[in-house]
Amino acid sequence: MSDPLLSVKGLKVHFPVANGKLFGEKPVVRAVDGVDFTLHAGETLGIVGESGCGKSTTGNAILGLAPVTEGEILFDGRDVAALTGRERQSLWRDLQVVFQDPVSALNPKRTIGQSIAEPLAIHGVAKAERRQRVDDLMALVGLRPGQHDRYPNELSGGQRQRVVIARALALEPRVVICDEAVSALDVSIQSQVLNLLLKLQRELGLSYLFISHDLSVIRHIADRIAVLYLGTVVEEAPTDTLFARPLHPYTEALLSAVPIPDPGAERSKTARPLQGDVPNPMDMPKGCPFVTRCPLREPGCESLRPAPVEVAPGHRLACHVRERDTTGRSALDIMIPPTELVRPYS
Amino acid sequence: MADAQTLEIRDLGIGVGQHSVVDGVDFSIGRGEIVALVGESGSGKSLTALAIMGLLSGSVHQTGGTATLEGEVLDLGNDAAMQKLRGTSLSMIFQEPVASLNPLLSVGAQVAESLIVHGRATRREAWDRAVEMLRDLGIPAPEQRARQLPSELSGGMCQRVMIASALIAAPRLLIADEPTTALDVTIQAQILDLMRRLRDETKTSVLIITHDMGVVASIADRVCVMYGGRIVEQAEVHALFAAPRHPYTKLLLATIPRLDGARKTELFSISGTVPDLSAWPEGCRFRTRCPLASDQCATRPPLGPVAGGEGHVTACWHSDRVEDLV
Repeated sequence: MSDPLLSVKGLKVHFPVANGKLFGEKPVVRAVDGVDFTLHAGETLGIVGESGCGKSTTGNAILGLAPVTEGEILFDGRDVAALTGRERQSLWRDLQVVFQDPVSALNPKRTIGQSIAEPLAIHGVAKAERRQRVDDLMALVGLRPGQHDRYPNELSGGQRQRVVIARALALEPRVVICDEAVSALDVSIQSQVLNLLLKLQRELGLSYLFISHDLSVIRHIADRIAVLYLGTVVEEAPTDTLFARPLHPYTEALLSAVPIPDPGAERSKTARPLQGDVPNPMDMPKGCPFVTRCPLREPGCESLRPAPVEVAPGHRLACHVRERDTTGRSALDIMIPPTELVRPYS
Repeated sequence: MADAQTLEIRDLGIGVGQHSVVDGVDFSIGRGEIVALVGESGSGKSLTALAIMGLLSGSVHQTGGTATLEGEVLDLGNDAAMQKLRGTSLSMIFQEPVASLNPLLSVGAQVAESLIVHGRATRREAWDRAVEMLRDLGIPAPEQRARQLPSELSGGMCQRVMIASALIAAPRLLIADEPTTALDVTIQAQILDLMRRLRDETKTSVLIITHDMGVVASIADRVCVMYGGRIVEQAEVHALFAAPRHPYTKLLLATIPRLDGARKTELFSISGTVPDLSAWPEGCRFRTRCPLASDQCATRPPLGPVAGGEGHVTACWHSDRVEDLV
């Protein structure tokens, strides 16, 4: 395979928390605590997880909106964290973002034409050319030319999100980070925007980093999916594999918790819902982050953090127990060799 | 069903200023039944719930209709009379559990509050009952948790606290307005499980308001689909999903990306958007977006029975052609 367009290695983002003390070490929230993935040209990588799992912080770190504590973010071979101001600005040509809430993403005092033209103006596109480009962009995302002079409050939620997408595409980026880009929209509008994102990808060869909590949406749009839990990737696999054969107990729980719009199937579910809550990110388990809720927990899981292992081509897993089930080996067994437990002095 | 319905709503109308936002809504909920009111934003589902609680205020007002709770007519506009019923006969929980709780009061005190306010128990007894309630709802170490503030609890726990405070006085009807929308899916599954258990054990009637068809399929016995402030279809849950007979219901179900559907394909979408309040079309309010619309649709279709479907009603002149859509 060709070199990845975006590659994230060992990314950590830790935020210090005010504890009211002037001196001494501040406690930290480990929002992202060792995330690796790659994104290739024309591909969609889905990042899924529940609130507080670090999916948005990962996106923000790539955009330079959250401080990188440790690790490396390479965009097209360049280290994003090491870029100077001018270089960073040129990065925005290639890397854009669409956030969840189109209302707060648009300036209410600017017409949508002005909003879409803004990145063009900043990047030095001549004024005469701008109008034409804005019209082309509006047509691309399915807005009527007559809406050029409308204000955001005159548009519906779905149309506003189209404006945000048009603005993100103005500089012809190669990667668009979609952070819950359809989550605030009604279902009938959500499908329109998903269709638009798929169409734009086909026509422009875009890559998406698609961050969402909604498994049905992410399954529909992503080629590969990384499942995040408490700041780490617990499983990553091609979409079909992940849904057909989830290996991590958290992925399994997540998939079975999604209510299916089919009363027959929904009522014949046998899996018990996952018990307990996500641990406080300031007081995380030392070993596997999922250990407090895991039905497969074994002695050793709470002290030894599982490293991601490729159990099948493209299928990475960070779980001691399931790693043993699939590969026959597990770090747990190395730590406490079973033979020694039985006959220590043979 | 021979015994009286827990709740009966007849011809409910709600207006905002000059505009009608809820128009001629009829439905009923039996004892121990879970009815879902489903629709997109602006369909009037939350206002319907607030009206039943007697909580409409400001420029939002009831324009007509009656509500009966176990045979007794509710005086929805009379705040003092409704106040006696809120928390005792009728309870409501909301989408944002954290925002709905008082941040400065221990959660135990908030759960106990309705017993104290309505003079059902002394402070001491109410506190003990609150702790018991929290234990029943699966909160670990309830004695300690009851003394904590909402900010010390997770979102899922806060929703359990809200449910506890809504149920402590054993209401006959619980209204849940998007109770799991702000929660993560694994927590949502816990809360839905809990609501099912409550219904089975206490025979509380539940009106759940949601936009999520998955939640409806998971928990409801009967479903009312709202569009433009009107109920457009009502049916038993299996019948509604298997054979919807209103074009809006049919199309809404078709637009949802499904865990068992094709991937990366074009999703079905409903053309256009929900019109502005002031711009509802005459007659059927869905006709501007409906592929089956004809001249006849300029006259309002009545909510009429579907042939062969017991308790299945739809408001569409072309309901016999809905099957062939999509």
